[in-house]
Amino acid sequence: MADDTSTHDSDPDREPSYLVAQKGLKSWLFTVDHKRLGLMYLATTLLFFFIAGMAAIAFRTELLTPEGDYIQDALGFLGMLDPNKDPAIQSATTYNKLFTVHGAVMVFLVIIPSVPGALGNFLLPLMLGAKDVAFPRLNLLSYWIYSLGALFFIYTLFAGGLDTGWTFYTPYSSNFSGSAVISATFGAFILGFSSILTGLNFMVTIHKMRAPGMTWNRMPLFCWSIYATAVIQVLATPVLAITLLLLMLEKTLNVGIFDPAMGGDPVLFQHFFWFYSHPAVYIMILPGFGIVSELIAVHSRKHIFGYKAIALSSVAIAIISFVVWGHHMFVSGQSELAGIVFSFLTFAVAVPTAIKVFSWVATLYKGSIQFNTPMLYGLMFLFTFTIGGLTGVFLGTLSVDVHLHDTYFVVAHFHYVMMGGTIIAFIGGLHHWWAKMTGRNYSEAKGKWGALLVFVGFNMTFFNQFVLGQQGMPRRYYTYVPQFQQQHVLSTIGSYILGLGLIWTAFYLLQSLTRSHRPAHPLPDNTWGGASLEWSTQTPPIEHNFHGQPRVDSDPYNFPQIDRTGGVDHH
Amino acid sequence: MILDMLMAPQEAAPAAGKAAEAAGDAAADTAPAADAVANTMGPLADAPWETMDAWSTLPQASTFASSTDSLYLFIVVLSVFFFALIMGIQGYFMWKYRRRSEDQKTSSITHNGKVEFLWSAIPAVLLVVIFVWGEVDFLKQTIPPTDAIQVRVTGRQWFWTVDYPDYPGVQLSSSVDENAVTLVVPKGRPVQLTMTSEDVLHDFYIPAFRVKRDVLPGRYTSLWFEATQVGEFNLYCAEYCGDQHSSMIGRVKVLEPANFEAYLANAGKLQQDEGESLAAFGQRIYGKRGCNACHSLDGSPKVGPTWKGLWGKSENTDKGAVTVDDNYIKESVLEPNAKIVSGYEGVKMPSYKGQLDDKQITALVEYIKTLK
Repeated sequence: MADDTSTHDSDPDREPSYLVAQKGLKSWLFTVDHKRLGLMYLATTLLFFFIAGMAAIAFRTELLTPEGDYIQDALGFLGMLDPNKDPAIQSATTYNKLFTVHGAVMVFLVIIPSVPGALGNFLLPLMLGAKDVAFPRLNLLSYWIYSLGALFFIYTLFAGGLDTGWTFYTPYSSNFSGSAVISATFGAFILGFSSILTGLNFMVTIHKMRAPGMTWNRMPLFCWSIYATAVIQVLATPVLAITLLLLMLEKTLNVGIFDPAMGGDPVLFQHFFWFYSHPAVYIMILPGFGIVSELIAVHSRKHIFGYKAIALSSVAIAIISFVVWGHHMFVSGQSELAGIVFSFLTFAVAVPTAIKVFSWVATLYKGSIQFNTPMLYGLMFLFTFTIGGLTGVFLGTLSVDVHLHDTYFVVAHFHYVMMGGTIIAFIGGLHHWWAKMTGRNYSEAKGKWGALLVFVGFNMTFFNQFVLGQQGMPRRYYTYVPQFQQQHVLSTIGSYILGLGLIWTAFYLLQSLTRSHRPAHPLPDNTWGGASLEWSTQTPPIEHNFHGQPRVDSDPYNFPQIDRTGGVDHH
Repeated sequence: MILDMLMAPQEAAPAAGKAAEAAGDAAADTAPAADAVANTMGPLADAPWETMDAWSTLPQASTFASSTDSLYLFIVVLSVFFFALIMGIQGYFMWKYRRRSEDQKTSSITHNGKVEFLWSAIPAVLLVVIFVWGEVDFLKQTIPPTDAIQVRVTGRQWFWTVDYPDYPGVQLSSSVDENAVTLVVPKGRPVQLTMTSEDVLHDFYIPAFRVKRDVLPGRYTSLWFEATQVGEFNLYCAEYCGDQHSSMIGRVKVLEPANFEAYLANAGKLQQDEGESLAAFGQRIYGKRGCNACHSLDGSPKVGPTWKGLWGKSENTDKGAVTVDDNYIKESVLEPNAKIVSGYEGVKMPSYKGQLDDKQITALVEYIKTLK
């Protein structure tokens, strides 16, 4: 990640970028620069994205056949099969651990921290026209708490893995699973603190550190979405922390809270867990909304359609998200009345979500649409997220959910939202701000091929899982009735294509960082003609972001006006 | 692997046990017309494990199925319409407004109150319609008719047992058995299941009936349905419950009402038959009560220790060495975790207290004695 400002001495205005302003490992590990912390989050989350993705490839391979054969063969090949135990059970357990690792790592270590941790950290102060976040040292602490939590997850892997599913449902997790439940829950407990502190930091930053002239109505939509996310992080995460603490208490000290054998209530755990984990779904998706708003507006040179509607619908979603948790529990044994109320409230979330999708599509109207890699991901998001959103209606409907609950329909739905929504937006955002972050250009041609592979692979993997679920294929089965094999094979082939697309993407992005791809001249400050403040500073930015205090006198989506008057003017 | 086990005929099934099953099947066979229906009604009937068309539609085998599917289809049609509309507009804009020149003029439109109101209000109205429809159907599923046949369902890692309170002595089980009919119900009569779990969360799911309900330890949940088609349908555990979650599957058999009584009268009763040896009776219990889910007969380790050569063996347990005799086996059936054999510490066998009587335990002991 070496920068090359030294070769551009001819430009007297250029200060060393944040990448080279300080040198040495220590200057990275103990940095309080939000941009460097953003890059560190980026590297860490992408590493875990790779690990969790590989787990998915492994269990998708197992699902090529209805029998539990490939994992058993692999265990035998690796010499990990215990001859004194039933090989079928060992491979079943391994499968259960693989899907648990995939889910738990993707949720807690990848999706939740990805956009806020990496892009949020890097961009928020730049977009607001601030020197840094409100509490830079706290920001550093957040990163290291995140890393500590991640270490507990890594320890969990080496201590024999976790087989409870990412939801840790009791009493299986508290009293039956022989796997490393304590270290995993403790890891998630620690990660929660990182999430809370980051949220707190961002909230204060947004309230107090906007540049002069940046009213709430002139704030980029990415910041609005980060704001809504931060509110949920601060309010919901403590509930998860307490829930996991109670689970650990039950498991270690035999305090009966959730296990009925000790007088506890297993449904109580589900209420607690989803009281956090449903809002957490919006911790995961709202930042994706923010990115897409930026991508669509900048690359179609249009004012975002319905700015206020998009901004306020984020806040509306954040608030309603706290009162819909029971829709994960329609068949759990909660009361019928609760089911009806939660179903109704769930439908209430659908409206602001629909408003967003319509507004993004309307933004394209009479625009000047450029099909570069970030925009392809933005348009891909509209496709996949719309499917994710529409299929949510099926699951919010009581009688239909009774049939579809805990089947592959649910698996397909949340992948269309989490992967087709958040991850697709995240990859799009990574391309959009790649030059700003690294001072390097990726290859557009390679980027488009990557986007095509991801699009084809993703839809091939997950679309027919809706059909599988409707046909009655339950989740978390490592063997299945042979009638489902064709569709499982299709899914698995799709997952290979998706994996290939992601590895390809990682390859060309990393390639752009190599010495041989160093640009001859520093890249322009404004890669795409964007109007938000991050484009007004040097690429990559200087250590303190701006030379002077930036001022704002119009909103960041005024592209038609800007293009008529020629160029972005930030002064 | 596990499916192979499911499909493999159980070695040396006792003649007496077979006879009881056969009697039940014979009763079903007395209604050839019903079987003809079963064979034409859908791919799951009678041959649930055979490969079949992956794109087949699931049978609609209960009174709930068609109304759930109608609503499902209604949402599918709406979704396809709106998806096509949104993507059509997006595709059209992408083509029409693609960048042709650097200074392409763009519209300075920023919002439109009327359009925004419409695209908020129209989905809201449609969503209310869907919500009410789903809620009405759901409420029907929660109120069982008072004349429903009562059935008790118990979930355990990793099998189901089903009792019929009105038919004393009848118990069915989904334990690994080639004829593991887990639930038998008559066509055209409401059936109410009252369910509980002995250990972790399970979920009772019959896709062909469109019914599903979690099965919880320490409390009862309830489910009802009225089957509308004669045949056999798959039953799954739909809540992840540990190692062999994927094997916690069974079959639901729907019979003509006339055959139902006959089937229950003959099948599933777990009493020593006349002329049946204790060991043969024990072997039947082994298959019917789920012992075979965890204990093998061929010396291979499964969830629990094998029964081959178990009798008289000296085992190391967490409470010291134990010789396997009548008393140790009885204790292990009733208080499974009193003395756990080394290597199986992580396993929690559920207690069979109240599930097996003394006669049945004695039969099991006699059966184990024969497994040299």
